[in-house]
Amino acid sequence: MAFSATTKIIQPMYINSARSPDKSDSCNKILSPSSFLGSNNKLFSISKTISPLSRRSATVVAVSSDVVKKKKVESNPASNLLITKEEGLELYEDMILGRAFEDMCAQMYYRGKMFGFVHLYNGQEAVSTGFIKLLGNRDCVVSTYRDHVHALSKGVPARAVMSELFGKATGCCRGQGGSMHMFSKEHNVLGGFAFIGEGIPVATGAAFTSKYRREALKEDCDDVTLAFFGDGTCNNGQFFECLNMAALWKLPIVFVVENNLWAIGMSHLRATSDPQIWKKGPAFGMPGVHVDGMDVLKVREVAKEAITRARRGEGPTLVECETYRFRGHSLADPDELRDPAEKAHYATRDPITALKKYLMENSLASEAELTAIEKKIEEVVEEAVEFADKSPVPARSQLLENVFADPRGFGIGPDGKYRCEDPKFTEGTAQV
Amino acid sequence: MLGVIRQRVTCRGIPTLTLEQGMRVVASRTFSSSAKEITVREALNSALDEEMSADPRVFLMGEEVGEYQGAYKISKGLLEKYGPDRVVDTPITEAGFTGIGVGAAYYGLKPVIEFMTFNFSMQAIDHIINSAAKSNYMSAGQISVPIVFRGPNGAAAGVGAQHSQCYAAWYGSIPGLKVLAPYSSEDARGLLKAAIRDPDPVVFLENELLYGESFPISAETLDSSFSLPIGKAKIEREGKDVTITAFSKMVGYALQAAGILAKEGISAEVINLRSIRPLDRSTINASVRKTNRLVTVEEGFPQHGVGAEICASVLEDSFEYLDAPVERIAGADVPMPYAANLERMAVPQQRGLATDQVHWPQLPKRYKELKLTKINL
Repeated sequence: MAFSATTKIIQPMYINSARSPDKSDSCNKILSPSSFLGSNNKLFSISKTISPLSRRSATVVAVSSDVVKKKKVESNPASNLLITKEEGLELYEDMILGRAFEDMCAQMYYRGKMFGFVHLYNGQEAVSTGFIKLLGNRDCVVSTYRDHVHALSKGVPARAVMSELFGKATGCCRGQGGSMHMFSKEHNVLGGFAFIGEGIPVATGAAFTSKYRREALKEDCDDVTLAFFGDGTCNNGQFFECLNMAALWKLPIVFVVENNLWAIGMSHLRATSDPQIWKKGPAFGMPGVHVDGMDVLKVREVAKEAITRARRGEGPTLVECETYRFRGHSLADPDELRDPAEKAHYATRDPITALKKYLMENSLASEAELTAIEKKIEEVVEEAVEFADKSPVPARSQLLENVFADPRGFGIGPDGKYRCEDPKFTEGTAQV
Repeated sequence: MLGVIRQRVTCRGIPTLTLEQGMRVVASRTFSSSAKEITVREALNSALDEEMSADPRVFLMGEEVGEYQGAYKISKGLLEKYGPDRVVDTPITEAGFTGIGVGAAYYGLKPVIEFMTFNFSMQAIDHIINSAAKSNYMSAGQISVPIVFRGPNGAAAGVGAQHSQCYAAWYGSIPGLKVLAPYSSEDARGLLKAAIRDPDPVVFLENELLYGESFPISAETLDSSFSLPIGKAKIEREGKDVTITAFSKMVGYALQAAGILAKEGISAEVINLRSIRPLDRSTINASVRKTNRLVTVEEGFPQHGVGAEICASVLEDSFEYLDAPVERIAGADVPMPYAANLERMAVPQQRGLATDQVHWPQLPKRYKELKLTKINL
């Protein structure tokens, strides 16, 4: 069992012996950029406790898919495949939606329909799709400012997200949140946070609630929370505080690191003393896993394991997904510091192309079916833009709404009554 | 705060008096019945107890709230009664556990987060403001945050600069937050219950030196369904010559000052603000329109303080009614010193100091150690 729960402290030497024989896992040698690039053979590597069982299991490759390689397929296609046709098409559709949506955002931004800070997710779709498509409606997702695709994968309609980005009243937050603050109570998307690291304690709190419901309120609750954040966040204090508390209280949470190697213009290697983020999990007593984040099937396998573990009450997992963003940090970022060769390399590992190839090579889908999906998504995105365009901007009276859940929080007016009871209250003036 | 700068004395000379430690405050006049008295600590403890038993989603989280029985013993007995699931001792990670509280509130629970002092809340202020206060707005009403942040605020005795700041003004400027500052036991009980029941984030500023003070309390206050409205100030003492606004510990000082002024024939109206945000501007303005003079008292730093906001509000709404410029009394514009005599000089005191003997050239004249000045009648 790859994630058997034990609470023993990890001794460094067992980590080495528990390693899979793949030498590109450079836990011993000094990392150079090349060890991140081109690691197509990154195997499912766990660093955890010292029981012989886990040592054995760690050397077994739990994830057998290697999308580019063909040889496994021939032997027994039906039982060796990781996904069924329906699942494959679902994954494909979700990734295409993410990509098409973000591309449309870029277009709209440059046409002036969208403004402020917009951070696009191109290239990282495998992480969002791989994890979120395994969740139920009641499970929560907490993200950062790069949250459009997380919201879409969780089920927020594309037109609601697009309207929100345009700042219209029909947006998922009625235009009051914006690109960086996607909230949806219906789909349990708990934000959208602008400060990195801010979402991690909030996600830990949602996981705390699951556990509280189960243990203090005695309800039947096994909701899991996913916290998405980047490599830069892993140097932030709140990250470590939450790893500690989540492991301490065995909270049902999965910490998903989208390591795209760059925090705006700061390379991960320049900013971090030990760039292998998955190692920070075992330091706090939880499994730390590294996975190839450009391969949706591998991500999905790891995610299944981590989410099931959390649902069973065995505690948190730290999953580091090695991924890459094809565009700059935001639409205002000229993206001059990244090496074009690096970008070209990762472009060849595009997760969508990889999945398409896998589906076709394993006869799970035909070219026609995939093209049909692409067309359908194109229409969905265009419809979303039209909808957003035609939607009204928020009314003036909306300025003062929703500051408080209890609007008496605006206090008592000069006539002695609560201000919110005055019919002129929300006329858009600032005199409160 | 009674001493008058001697060169400003008019026909009435107000003698300086020494501060009587542990003097019961003149709150008894506001209660008509019942000699029962409880300390603020007991009031807070009982309020927490009752709210936790009434709603199983309420839980308490903070440093030393469980086995230590509370850093200031406010949560005494709660761990035994409700168990470690509901009274959660945390590691020393304000940012982390405050964020966890906010996340729990997003997802359906009602946390009470205790800060050992509000100075430590600065480590978590991002979560109080960005994740809690602004969330209802950013999510357009989808995610409300029914959380209470509580703990001692302001100066204690000899604890130095990093443990003595008053945060009323900082939190009071944030839309989306409610900020409460109780004074008496009745305030403590009623406002804490209201805060826990409230669906919005509430910052509850207690005062360490008030925890041990006893106040008379009525039977109605002891009822478990008692609560006070948020956003309503209380007129602790009626008067007609000058309005004094104060909150938290300074209400006691203001009441004492009013008692002394009364002997000189000056009738001071003392307003206990109770709620810093929303500020009860209508009560304050109505009072100033009656008395025509205003003095605001607070313990925090003077610049951009609560008094500054009250003065601006009164100037905007009741300018024609003022017979004299409004006066702010605040703490000294310095980080809190440690030496006992310096500390006394840095916060408003009952005692009039002979500061004409001490030269403070750098301080603007208005911020000089805190006397109630200019009762020019």
